[in-house]
Amino acid sequence: MATTGEHPTPELWESSLAEGRRHYLNADYGIRSWLLTVDHKRIGLLYLGAVTLFFAVGGAFAAMVRLELMTPAGDLVQADTYNKLFTMHGIVMIFFFMIPAIPAVLGNFMLPIMIGARDLAFPRLNLLSWYVFMFGATFGVWAIASGGVDTGWTFYTPFSTMASNTHVVATTFGAFVVGFSSILTGLNFIVTVHKMRAPGLTWFRLPLFIWALYATSVIIMLATPVLAITLLLLLVERALGFGIFDPSLGGDPILYQHLFWFYSHPAVYIMILPAMGVISELVTAFSRNQIFGYRFIAFSSLGIAIIGFLVWGHHMFVSSQSVYAGLVFSFLSFLVAIPSAIKVFNWTATLYGGSIAFQTPLFYALGFIGLFTIGGLTGLFLAAIGLDVHVHDTYFIVAHFHYIMVGGTIMGFLGGIHYWWPKISGRLYPEGLAKTAAVVVFIGFNLTFFPQFILGYLGMPRRYYMYPPEFQVLNVMSTAGASILGVGYLMPVLYLVWSMRYGARAPANPWGATGLEWQTESPPPTENFMETPIVTGPAYDYPVVGEERKVA
Amino acid sequence: MAHAVPGAHGHDHAHQFESAAQQQEAAALGMWAFLVTEVMMFGGLFLAYAVYRSVYPEAYAAASHHLNVTIGAVNTAVLIGSSLTMAMAVRSAQLGRRQAIILFLILTMVLGGVFLGVKVYEYWDKYDHHLIPGLNFHMDGPYAREAEIYYALYFCMTGLHASHMIIGMGIMVWLLVKARAGWFTASYYTPVEMFGLYWHFVDIVWIFLFPLLYLIGRHH
Repeated sequence: MATTGEHPTPELWESSLAEGRRHYLNADYGIRSWLLTVDHKRIGLLYLGAVTLFFAVGGAFAAMVRLELMTPAGDLVQADTYNKLFTMHGIVMIFFFMIPAIPAVLGNFMLPIMIGARDLAFPRLNLLSWYVFMFGATFGVWAIASGGVDTGWTFYTPFSTMASNTHVVATTFGAFVVGFSSILTGLNFIVTVHKMRAPGLTWFRLPLFIWALYATSVIIMLATPVLAITLLLLLVERALGFGIFDPSLGGDPILYQHLFWFYSHPAVYIMILPAMGVISELVTAFSRNQIFGYRFIAFSSLGIAIIGFLVWGHHMFVSSQSVYAGLVFSFLSFLVAIPSAIKVFNWTATLYGGSIAFQTPLFYALGFIGLFTIGGLTGLFLAAIGLDVHVHDTYFIVAHFHYIMVGGTIMGFLGGIHYWWPKISGRLYPEGLAKTAAVVVFIGFNLTFFPQFILGYLGMPRRYYMYPPEFQVLNVMSTAGASILGVGYLMPVLYLVWSMRYGARAPANPWGATGLEWQTESPPPTENFMETPIVTGPAYDYPVVGEERKVA
Repeated sequence: MAHAVPGAHGHDHAHQFESAAQQQEAAALGMWAFLVTEVMMFGGLFLAYAVYRSVYPEAYAAASHHLNVTIGAVNTAVLIGSSLTMAMAVRSAQLGRRQAIILFLILTMVLGGVFLGVKVYEYWDKYDHHLIPGLNFHMDGPYAREAEIYYALYFCMTGLHASHMIIGMGIMVWLLVKARAGWFTASYYTPVEMFGLYWHFVDIVWIFLFPLLYLIGRHH
C-alpha cells in the first residue's frame, strides 16, 4: 500500500531468500508447538488441515451419490443408504468445510497481516475456536462412523425429532458445537478490525477482503446463535420429548423452518462473501490495476449482509407460509441481485484496461466471476414464486446452489490458497501444473452441474436414488464431470504439498501486488512485521497506466 | 483473554496490543459483541414463546397459574440484589480495594446461589405436580396439550437462563482466586468489569422472563 513498485525492494528479496531466517514455521518445532500455538498463522494452518480432511470426507459422499445416479435403477445403494449419503454430504460440506473454509483458514492467516497487526485481538480464543470446531466435528464423524443420519442437512421436523431412527442427536449436537467456533472467529475478527489496524489504515484504506470478512463476521454473530437455539430446541424435542415443533404435540413445524432458514440463508452469505473478498484481491493484483468502485464493493458486502437477513422465506414458498409473506420474500430476494451485480460489474471494470497477468489465481477469479454470475442469475429464477413452485426440490435447485457454493466459494478458496501460498509456505508452486488444475476444475465443474439445470427443468426431483431412464444421459454426463472435478481437486493437494519441500523459494512479493501482506517476508515472522507498518495511501495503489479507460 | 499476566506482574499489556488502553477497549468491544450473540440466542426462544402465546393465549394463562408468583417475585428481587453487589464489586475493583472485591464477589455468589436454589425447588415442585413435559405431564382442563408447550418453553427458557448463571458462578470462582492473588488493581480490572457486563445481562434476561412466564394470568 505504501510502496507500489512492480518488484519488492532488493533488501526484502535478499532477506527472504536467506537461509536460516526465523519465521513462524521454524520458530518452534514439535507437535506441542502446533497444538498449543496462539499464532494466528499456525491456527490458520490447523484449520487448513481440518477443513481439507472434511472436504475429502464430503467429497467421498458426493462420489457415492454420483455413482448411484449413473444408472436409473437403485443398484449401488438402496433408498435408506442414499438418504444418508446426500444428508452427510450436505452436513459435512456445509458445516465442517464451507462455513469455516475461507474465514478460518485464509481469514485467520491473512487478516492480522493485511491490517498490519501482530495477531488477532484474542489469540487464545482463536485457538479455542479450533478445539471447539474439532470437538463438534468429532460428533459428526462419530455419527457417520456409527451408521449416519438421513434427515437431509436441514434437519426438518417432525421427521428429525419423531420419525428418523438414525443418529440425529449426535449430528445436530456436532453442528451446534461447531457454530460456537464460528461465533468465536467472527467475534475475534470484528474486534481486530475495529481496534488493531495499523497507524494510517483507515476504514476506506482497508483491503476489500477485510471488508468482506467484516461483513461475514457480522452475519456470523447475528445468525449463528439462532441456529444454536434452534438445534437446541430440536434436541430437547427429540431427546426429552418436549413438544415444540411436533404437530402431534401442538407444535408447529413451520416455526422450525423459519428459525432454521433465519440462520441458513444468511449462512449462504457466510460462505460466499469471503470468496467475493478474495476475488476482489485477485482481480486487482493480476490486472495491476486500481480497483474500480472501491466504496461500492465495500458497501455492497454490507448490503448483502443486511438484505441477506430478510430473504429466508424464499426457502419456504411451498410450505404453508402465507402467500403475502411469500410475495414480500420474493421481492426482497430480487434485491440481493443489486449488490451482487455491483461486485461483478466492478470486477469486470477493473479487468478492463488493466495489464493482465494470466497466472493461476486469476484463472480461479475469472472462473468465479462466470460461475457466480450463472449461479446468481438462476437464483433470480428461483426468487420468482411462479417459477419456483415448479422447480422447487428439483435438480434445478441443486445446480443453482452448487454454482454458488462450489463454483463460487470453492473457486474463491482455491484462488486465495494459490494467491497467498507463497506467503503461507514461503515456496512457489509449479505454475503450469496449477494452471492445468484450474482448467480441469472449471471443465469438471461445468460438466457436473450444468446438466443438472436441465435435469431439474425437465422435472427430475432431488433426493431420489432412482429416476426414469430418459434422464440417464444427463446423469452420466454429470457423474463424468464429477470424476474430472475430483481429479482437479486432487491436483492442488499434491503439488502444494510437493512445493512445501521442493518448490522454489518465494520472494516477499512474488506477484508485485500491493497490500501489507506483501511487504513482510515469506513466510512471515511470528510477529508478522519487524516494525509496525505505517499506511499512507489507499488500497490497491497501482500506478495508473491507462487513464483513458476511466473515461471509456 | 490477555496473553501475559497484566497488572501486578510487570507486563502492561499482551504482546499483540500496542497499549493497555487498546487492550481494554478490545476486551470491552469483544464482550459487547458476545452479548449481542446472547441476545440473538435467547431471541429464538422469545420468538417461539411469542408465536405459541399468540396461538394459544388461554392455555398460556391457564398454565401460568401453576407458577408461584410470590416465589418468582422474591427470586427476582434476589437476582436484582446480586446485580447491585456485582456493580459494587466492579466499583471496588476500580478503586483497587482488594478485600472489597472479594467481599462483593462472595455476596454476588451467595445471592446467585439462593436464586438457583429457589429454582431447584420450583423445578422439584413442577415434578411433584406432574408438570414436566415428556416425562409426567398431566393437567386437567381443556388446554392440557397446549399447556405442555408452555411448560416445554418454561423449562427451556429458565433452564438456559440458569445454565448461564451456573457458568457465571464458575467464572466468579476464578475471579475470586485472581482477586485474592492481587491481580486486580486500580489500573487493571478488565476481567471484573467484563464479567459484570455478563452478569447484568443474565439478570436482564430474567427481568423479561419473570413477567412473561409468571404474570400472564394476573389481570384475570
